[in-house]
This record gives sequence, structure tokens and C-alpha cells, in this order.
Amino acid sequence: MLDISDLHVSVDGTEKLHDINLHIGQGETHILMGPNGSGKSTLLKAIMGFGGYTITSGSIVFKGTDITGMPVHERAHLGIGMMFQHPPAISGLKLEKLLAATSHLGEDAIEALAQTVNMEHFLARDTNVGFSGGEIKRSEVLQLKVQQPDFLMLDEPESGVDLENMSLMGKEIAGLLEKDVHIVNRRRSGLIITHTGYILDYLEADQGHVLIDGRIRCHGNPREILRVVKEKGYGECMRCKQM
Amino acid sequence: MYALQTDVGDIEQLSQEDRERLALTGLEVGMQNRCGSFFQIDQDVIQTTCGAEGIEMIPIKAALEKYDWVKDYYWNAVSREKDKYTQYLAKQENPQGLVVIAHEGVKVEMPLQACLFLREEPVQHVHNIFIAREGSEINIISGCASSWQKEHGAHIGVTEIYVGKGAKVTSTMIHNWNPGISVFPRSATVVEEDGTFLSNYVCMQPVNRIEMYPTARLVGKNAVARFSSIVVATPGSTLDLGSRAILGAENASAELITRAITTGGKVISRGHILGEKDNTRGHIECKGLILKDGIVHAIPEIEGTLTGTELSHEAAVGKIARHEIEYLMARGLSEEEATATIIRGFLDVKISGLPAVLQEQIDAAIDKAESGF
Repeated sequence: MLDISDLHVSVDGTEKLHDINLHIGQGETHILMGPNGSGKSTLLKAIMGFGGYTITSGSIVFKGTDITGMPVHERAHLGIGMMFQHPPAISGLKLEKLLAATSHLGEDAIEALAQTVNMEHFLARDTNVGFSGGEIKRSEVLQLKVQQPDFLMLDEPESGVDLENMSLMGKEIAGLLEKDVHIVNRRRSGLIITHTGYILDYLEADQGHVLIDGRIRCHGNPREILRVVKEKGYGECMRCKQM
Repeated sequence: MYALQTDVGDIEQLSQEDRERLALTGLEVGMQNRCGSFFQIDQDVIQTTCGAEGIEMIPIKAALEKYDWVKDYYWNAVSREKDKYTQYLAKQENPQGLVVIAHEGVKVEMPLQACLFLREEPVQHVHNIFIAREGSEINIISGCASSWQKEHGAHIGVTEIYVGKGAKVTSTMIHNWNPGISVFPRSATVVEEDGTFLSNYVCMQPVNRIEMYPTARLVGKNAVARFSSIVVATPGSTLDLGSRAILGAENASAELITRAITTGGKVISRGHILGEKDNTRGHIECKGLILKDGIVHAIPEIEGTLTGTELSHEAAVGKIARHEIEYLMARGLSEEEATATIIRGFLDVKISGLPAVLQEQIDAAIDKAESGF
């Protein structure tokens, strides 16, 4: 589904990601871990194609198409979706209007989807304006449920979410990634940034990666990586030679 | 019902272009969704008709002749000596304009329309008086426009509005001028006890210069005034706008809200609230968006003279945030769609208590301008 080869990304003239290689197959979910400032969000934003994240060399291929220089909305149309950690508040843009503009769903279908994440009372409100941490995450999940991307990037889905909301979020994200579909038939893939690993209580991930100082230091079983980081910190990963 | 002159034929003789321009200011030639209509071309009143019981629309000269007491409202809220424009108007021997009288307790949601059209003469002058007597409620939509082929000219207008005890006046003004036209409205409103005055102003088409600073004096307890302005300054346009509220009675409140966009022109957004009685509240909100290099100059002033008043203001001027555009693009909107969506949201001032038909008119003016961003 996603093939990143020898990717170098600069922000404001400084290289932030060095020689990234990442292959995510159809139906696979990968976890991305790493200390603060290691470049995890930078990688997601570069994959999404945001301005200010300059690809100096390497390529991003999605579903066989080289998307390295493609505008953001065309990537979205190809099937890439992103859950933002800190989405902007947009005054004057009602959530229901945004949802209608990004899909062909009718009012009733949007209302029904909103009910699944307890957001039906937020549809007439301005997008993310005055939303709490949990409400922002539910708004993001709702937008993705409407958008239905084939490849889902989640930037810290747990941050700012209380336990009750976490359970709802976990189940919804598992649904978005078709975890209820048999592995053979599963089409959707995901890349999830997590600090705590709580998301792994709700879904299985196929691979884990640790990003330190803009380099992927190791790949492996996500639960094992989480255990090592929890016990020994990222210092252990720094010593890891596997690339 | 009062019909001094009704000659829709004159309106129908207007060119298709001019009729479209008028439609954008809210004029319904066929009077759909309107309960009364006043239409002045240059200095000629060509239509005055009103079908609403208890509401009168009368050309100003006739009104002054019909009711002796109308003279008490003539040059009362606005001073003859205010400036050279009011002085010019005061010395006109043949004043033109409209008097609206909503008699006691009469409430009509369907708007009255007043259309002022500048076609051939160099200067159009108009003096309007809106009187809402105790307990009445009216909606007035004033459309001011110039002919599409009119290159230069000026419009000078005085509007005096009197909101009686417990009355409510919603005045929505939509301007649609040409790049060579200069416009000098001079308006003032007096709001009595429990009265509400809502003023909405929309100007999104090119103009040479508009200069206005309407004032609302809240002289009765619990009086409310709210001014909302949505303006776009295109290259070559100077919009020197403002509104002022004087909280001159206990528990009075006022809100002045402006959304200003420049695509190369100049907007000066003034605002002044004076709190001079106990339990008064006022807020000024001005947001400016610079789409192309131009000027948005916000000058909010709040002035309190005693401990019992609470006044605040917020002003922000800037460009559209890149991350907002990219957020919407990540959901599949193109850059143009995302930008238009954000501008539309920016202009979406929630005007509470506005009849749907007026909101639709404002939306139509925004939609029309949006295609030019």
C-alpha cells in the first residue's frame, strides 16, 4: 500500500528525517514510536504532503503511484486520511457542512455516523471551536468515518482522551482499520503514532518502528518494542544497530 | 394601505444588468417576500406601496404634510449641522426619501424594501426616517446601488431611526456601487426602554469611497443595539466605516461586530462604545482578513465613565492560516475550495433574530462576491 524509499525531509532548511524506508502492506497496521521531537509527526505530515515539509530526496509511493510531489487533496482522493493531534478550529464552518463537503453522504447518513461517536450535538457547531480534548478526537474520528480512507495515519490518538473516550476511540479506530474483517480480506492499512501504547489494548498491530533523531532505529514486534521502551527507555533503541 | 405612486413599469424599463444589480441589493421587483416597497431613482420616487396593516411608507415630503408630529423626528437624531453633507442635504428645497411608520403594537416579519438607485444624476440625496412606535416590530431592507454604466457620482443619505418602547427594528443595508461612486450615509438611531435595534450592513462590491459612522443612542432601560458589518475592499476602494453605541440608560447593551476583507483596498473599521450608566455592557469585535496586500485598520474604542459598566473589545487582522487550508485539503478539498470555505466561515456572522429572507439576501451578496476571490 505505502512504500517509502530513502526519504529525506527538511523543515526550514534543516533536515529532520534521514533516509527513511518504510513499507506498509495492504491490511497492515504499523506503530510508530519515538521520543518527543524525533520526527514522528514530521513523517506523517510529509506523507500527507503539507507545505513546509520539503522532500529533498527519496520517494513516497502509494498504491503504485508516486505521490512525492502530489498536492494534499489529491493524496486524500487517492485514499490517504489523517487524524490530527492538534487540528485547527475553524470558525464559521459548521462540522456538518465540512462533513457534507468531504463526502457524498446525505444528512441522515452523516447524522447516523455522528451518533456512533456521540457527536450528533456537535454537527451544528463550528468545527473544533471550543471542543474539549475528547471531543476533538471524536470529531476527527467522525471526519475519517465520513472520508473512509484506505490508509489511515493517526497522530497520538490517545493524547488528551479520558478512559471512557479512549475505549470508544479504540473501538472506532479498530473499525476504521477493518480489524473486524478477516485478515485475508482486510484492505485498510494504518500508521499510528503512540507514546503510551494504549491503542494496542484495542487493536493488533503488525509492526512497530522506533524513530530517533529523524532515523528509524529499529523495526519489530510492536508489543515487544513497547515493552523494551517501557522497561529501558529509548536509550536501548539508540544502541540498537538494526536499521 | 398607502399608495402614493406605483409605477412598476418604470422599474421594468431598467436594463437587465441594472435589474440584476438591484436584485443583489435585495430589491424584489415583483414584491415577493416583501410587504412594502419604496423605490427612488436619482431624485425621483417612482414607487411607494405598502400592503401591511398598521405600517405606512410615505415619501418624506408627503409624510411631513400628512402628520404634523413627523417634524419632531425630522433632523432630530441627526443634526443638520453635523458636517458638510448634512448641511448640503438640509438646504435642499425638495427633500426626497422615505418615512416608515410602524404604528403601536404592529409586528410584521416580512421586510419592507427601500431601494435607492443612482442612475444618471451626479448626486443623489435622500433623507429617510423610520419610526417604530411602542411595541412594534419591523424589518427594513435598504438596497443602494448605482447603474452598471454609471462611472462617477455621489450618494448622500441621512437616515434617522426611532425605536420606541419595547419596539424592534431590524435594518439591513446592502450596497452595490461602482468603482467611481462615493457614498456618505449619515445615520443615527434612538432606542427607548426595552427597545432593540439590529443593524446589518453588507458591502462587497467595488466603490470609490464609503464613509459612515452610524450612532445608536440607547436612552431607555434595557435597550439593545447590535451592529454587524460584512465588507470587502477591492483594489481602489476605501471603506471608512464604523459604528458607535452610547449606553445612556441602565442595563443597556451593545455589540459591534465587523468582518472585513481586503483584496487590495482599504478598510478602516472604527467602533466606539460609551458606557455611562450602571449595569451596561458593550463589546466590539473586529476581524480582518488580508487576502491580497491592502489595508485593514481596526480602531476599536471603549470608554467607561463609572464602575457599573463592562466593556470589552477584540480585534484581529491577518491572512488565512495555512494549516487551516491544509486541514481541509487533507479531507479532500482542493486549495481553492478550502480557501473559499474558510472565507465563507469567516464572513458567517451569526445575526440572531434575523428573518430567514434577510439572511438569504446577505448570503446571496456573499456568494456573489466569493466568486471573485
